[in-house]
Order: sequence, then C-alpha cells, then structure tokens
Amino acid sequence: MAIANYLYLSAILFTIGAVGVVVRRNAIVVFMCIELMLNAANLAFVTFARVNSNLDGQVVAFTMVVAACEVVVGLAIIVTIYRSRRSVSVDDASLLKQ
Amino acid sequence: MTTSSNLLWLIALPLFSSAILILSGKRANSWGHVLATIVSASSFTIGVVEFFAMHGRSDANRAVTQKIFTWISVGSLNVDASLMLDQLSICFVLLITGVGTLIHVYSISYMSHDHDRRRFFAYLNFFIASMLLLVLGDSYLNLYVGWEGVGLASYLLIGFWNQKPAYATAAKKAFIANRIGDVGLSIAIMIAFATFGDVSFAGIKEHADEASSTQLTAIGLMLLLAACGKSAQFPLQSWLGDAMAGPTPVSALIHAATMVTAGVYLITRSNFIFDEAPIAQLMVLVVGGITLLFGAVIGMAKDDIKKALAASTMSQIGYMILATGLGPIGYAFAIMHLLTHGFFKASMFLGAGSVMHGMKDEVNMRKFGGIGKFMPFTALTFGLGYLAIIGVPPFSGFYSKDKIIETAFNAGGIKGIALGMATLLGAVITAFYMTRVVILTFFGNERWGHKDEPAESPALMLIPIGLLSIGSIAAGFIFSKGDGLVNWLQPVVNPLKEHHAEEFLPPIIVSLMTLVAVMIGLTVAILKYRGDQVAQAPEKVSVLVSAARRDLFQDEFNEAVFMRPGQSLIKILLNLDYILIDGLVRSVAATSLSAGVRLRTLQTGYVRSYALMMVIGALALVTTIWVVTA
Repeated sequence: MAIANYLYLSAILFTIGAVGVVVRRNAIVVFMCIELMLNAANLAFVTFARVNSNLDGQVVAFTMVVAACEVVVGLAIIVTIYRSRRSVSVDDASLLKQ
Repeated sequence: MTTSSNLLWLIALPLFSSAILILSGKRANSWGHVLATIVSASSFTIGVVEFFAMHGRSDANRAVTQKIFTWISVGSLNVDASLMLDQLSICFVLLITGVGTLIHVYSISYMSHDHDRRRFFAYLNFFIASMLLLVLGDSYLNLYVGWEGVGLASYLLIGFWNQKPAYATAAKKAFIANRIGDVGLSIAIMIAFATFGDVSFAGIKEHADEASSTQLTAIGLMLLLAACGKSAQFPLQSWLGDAMAGPTPVSALIHAATMVTAGVYLITRSNFIFDEAPIAQLMVLVVGGITLLFGAVIGMAKDDIKKALAASTMSQIGYMILATGLGPIGYAFAIMHLLTHGFFKASMFLGAGSVMHGMKDEVNMRKFGGIGKFMPFTALTFGLGYLAIIGVPPFSGFYSKDKIIETAFNAGGIKGIALGMATLLGAVITAFYMTRVVILTFFGNERWGHKDEPAESPALMLIPIGLLSIGSIAAGFIFSKGDGLVNWLQPVVNPLKEHHAEEFLPPIIVSLMTLVAVMIGLTVAILKYRGDQVAQAPEKVSVLVSAARRDLFQDEFNEAVFMRPGQSLIKILLNLDYILIDGLVRSVAATSLSAGVRLRTLQTGYVRSYALMMVIGALALVTTIWVVTA
C-alpha cells in the first residue's frame, strides 16, 4: 500500500475536522472535530516516521496524552457553560467581543 | 583690617526681637512695642560706640570686619557671610538706627489704637535688621540678602492695612516694581562673578581695572536698574506714590529716610565700577536728572499731603542719584544730601502724620488750612523741615543741595550746563510745591468743614519730630564744616582723586543762583496760594496740571507698554502651549483611541469565525511557502 494513501487519509481527516469546527455550533461536536484534527496530524507524524525509518515522529504522537488532558478540561468547561446558560452553542458564548 | 564682634549684634538684636514678636502672638501685645523700641535703641547705641571707636582710629584702619560663617564654598566661588563697617556704612547705620529709633517711639503713640500694633513693630524691627544687613554686607551677595529683606519689609508694611484692597494692591505694585530692580542686581552679581570670579566689594575693587569696559558698563547698567527699582527712579518710579498707603511712620522711615536711598548707597558703594564705566555713569546722570524733574512736577499737582511728600522724595533722590553720577566728588555730596534729607523728610512725614492724627486721617490738603494755630509745634517743626528742603541757609538742605548744584555745573561743557540748569529748575519747583504744601496745610482759611478743631498730638509723637528737626537745622552745617563728611568718606569713594581743574562758576555765584531760584519758586507759590482757598480741587485745569495729577501718566504708560503687551504675550504663549504642545499629546491619544475603536470591531466574539480566520491564515501560509519554494 502506497505510503501516500496515509497522508491522503490524514489530509481528509484534518479537512473534515476543520470544516466541522467552522460550520457546527454544538460545542461537543466542535470539540470532537478538534480531536479529529489533532489525530490527523498524529497520523501524518507516524507516516513520516515510517518514511524516514526513525522514531522521531512516533515520539511526537505522544501528543495524544496531552489531547486526553485537554479533553478533560474542555469538557469540564462545556459542562459548566451548559449548567449556567442551558446551551452548548458556541455562538451563544460570544460575550468577549468588543 | 580690624575685626569686631559687635557688628553681628547690630543685626541680630532687631532680627531676634522681630521673631519674638511674631512668634509670641497676642501675649506680646502689652510689651511688644517697648521691646522693639529698646532693641532699636540698643542697635543705635552699638552704632554710636562703633562710630567713636572708628573715629579714634587712623584713616587707613577705620574699616572693621566680622566673619560670621562660611556661606558658600563651591569651586572658585567662596562667599563668607561677613560684615564690614567702614566710613560709608557707619553713616547709614547711624541714620537707620537713629531715625529708626525715633520713628519707633513715634509709632508707639501713632499706632496705639491699632489692634495689630505688635505685628507692626515686628515688621519695623525686621526692616531695621534687613537694612543694616544691606549696608553692612561686605559682598554683593550679602547686600542682596538685605536688599530682598527690605523689599519684603516694605511690602509687608505698605500692605499693613491690607483689609483695604487698594492698599494691598499698592503693596503688590511696590513689590513687583522692586522685583524688576532685583533682577538687575542679580544679573549684575552674575556678570561680576563671571568677570572677576569674586563678588566681594574689596575683591572687585582690586581687580576693577583689569575688566573690559564693556563688562564694567554692563555691571554698571544692571546696578543702575537695581537702584532705580529700590529708589523709585525713572523708569521704575511709579510705586512710590502708592506706597503711601502704608502707615505714616513707615512712609517716614522706609519710603523717605532709609530704604529708598538704598539705590544711592549701591551706586556709591560701587564707585569703583561706575568710575571706570563712563556710559553707565552718564545713564546715572540721565536717570537722576529726569527723576528729579519728574518728581518735582508731580509734587506740584498732588493734593494728598503724603503723595506730595512722596513726589518730593522721588525728586530729592533724583538729586542724589544725579550727584553719584558726577564722579568721585559727587558721591560724598550725594551721601550728605541723603543724610540731611533723611532728617528733614522724616520730620516732615512725621509732621504730616501728626496733622493726619489731628484731622481724623484726612490727607487732602484742600480740606486742611489754618492748622498752624491749632498744632503750633507740628507747624513749627514742619516749617523747619520745609526751610531745610527748599534750601534756605543755614538749614541743612542748603548745604547739601547747593553742593550738588555746584558740582553739576562744574561737570564741564554742555553736560555741566544742562545738569546745572536741571538741578536749578528742580530747586525752583521744589520751593514752589513745598511752599504750596505749607500754605495749604498750616495757613489760610479753615476748610475742614464740620469736623472738630484739630488738637496737638501727644508728646510721644512730638519729641521724635522735635529731635529730627534739630537734625534738619544742624546736620548740613556739621557735615560741611571743614569738608568734614567729604574727608570722612574720602578713603571709600576717593573724592580727591581727581581735582576738578576749572570751576565753571565760582561757588558764591552758584549759591546766589540757588537762592534766587528758591525765592522765585517761593514767591510764585505765595502769590498763587495766598488768600482764601476752596475745599474742592479746581476742575478746569491746564493739560500739564491734569497730567501731573495723574503722575504724568506713569501708570498708563506702564500699562500700555509693559502690562498689556505682557498679557498678550502670555495669552499667545498659553495658546501656543494649548495648541502645539498639548495638541501633540492629545492627537497621539486621539489616534490610538480611534484606532482602538476601529480595530475592536474585528473581535466578534464568535469562536467559529476566529477558527475560520486561523484556517484561512494557515492555508495562506502554506500556499505562500509552496509558491515560494516551488
């Protein structure tokens, strides 16, 4: 299987994630799309590690751990916002403008 | 040079007493005036003791010094706070403390009804201390401290009754006019330091011939400006008339006998500068000549007895300034006239105060008349002062003024004739306006209307006037006997350095001319003011009289030439500051503000739009890299 296919998959996943962040309003979905983009990047890292026959890219893939921590904090924020505003729409949380 | 430890006490006593009277408040009300008078008398006693000690020494050893402390020691500038008493200073010390003590005594009675009498005496003592420092300082910097001190005392005493706005304004006017002169003095000190690296009289005198004539002229002109401010000389003369707002003893002591003569002292003390700077000396003559006629002309038209006397003071100081401009021989005659003037003018001012006391503070001579009958002693002493000032022999003014006129004629050439004629004309006018004052006040019909008959003042006021009158009778004779004062001052002002080779007119002719001049002025005044007068000043008068009544437009001139343009300049500067400096700062603030207003619209608060921006940005970045590297 051609190595390029992994990169195509990575690009497709990233694009889906990016489009999801921009077009969806639900904070949970936006959050999941962010995770999708992170993992698309991880896939690219691992692919390049395979191409170059070294472990540098594999090491960077440990960002999944960081992503897990980020999920904990992010979900906590979303739950708190939901409790106070009864909504998880990201467009409703726009008080920091101007 | 001999040292003495008494000099400090001359100044310290009145200074301490002044501080005690100010600080102890109402508690001192009952004894404050007594303390002040005793202290002033003590200073006079020290002065007399020092005079006799000095008189006993030989000419070369007469000056005594006392170093108090090292004041400034920075690099090449070393100034000691030290005092010097020489033949010139002792004249002033005796005049200041002597006349000062008499006026203290007079004030005890004159100010007895004033609830602020203690404060008045505190200021008087402060004045005595400052004036003594002025004449005892051994350098221009020490003199400057006293110079400022007397300015402050003058301000405080002119505005003593500052509950009246006009009096407070008069005090401010005097202070501001004096400030202009003070700036001149400080600039003179700076130039002197730049030139000589020294500000002491002895140091500058020693090196005076090493400086260029430009530098000496600059110093001389600045000193003249200082003298003009303090001595109310043209063009800074306008404050003296208004200064009569102060209590009459103040007018007698500060604005007739002592402080206003400080300019004469300054020029005489700086004789080593003026003798080497002919242009500055010529300016001294011009200023003196203008002021002596200026004051005399104003004096002719004033109905306020104190303002008439103030105009006369201005004119007489003009004589002194003119004399100091006449070179070495003139200094001694200036000082002689200063001393005799101190006696007779102080006695006349105190006499005017006595009249005011009897007339319930009325000062308008048109509402006097016939007071001589009711106040014989005041009239007699005023008359003696009058005879002295117009220069009738053998009264003191005759000796001093006659000498000045004679020296003026002997100045040589057209200058001599012009100065001689100016001084002679001044003598005519002096005789006229003083006769007018005497006739309007003490003779003629009684014009005070419904008021009570004036009563003679108490003895405490009359005794000082009497003693000053003795001075107005005898001082001139004593000073000029055997050229006494001239020889006494010779080591300081060196009047015998140049012998005036030819006499333009023999002394006896000058004396006769002076007497004729006096008789002319006297006769004209008697003819004009004999018979009954009315209590109202005539409305329809010639242009000259109305101009003189308004002080020859000195205030209008100052207002038009200095005050209004000064205000406009300040307005322009204010606008410049507002528009340019403030405008720059404000435009920076406004620019950042408007930039912020525009930029903040970019912040929508929508997370998704921020994300879109990031995506677009990232894409743009990648595209750029791809285009550039491909």
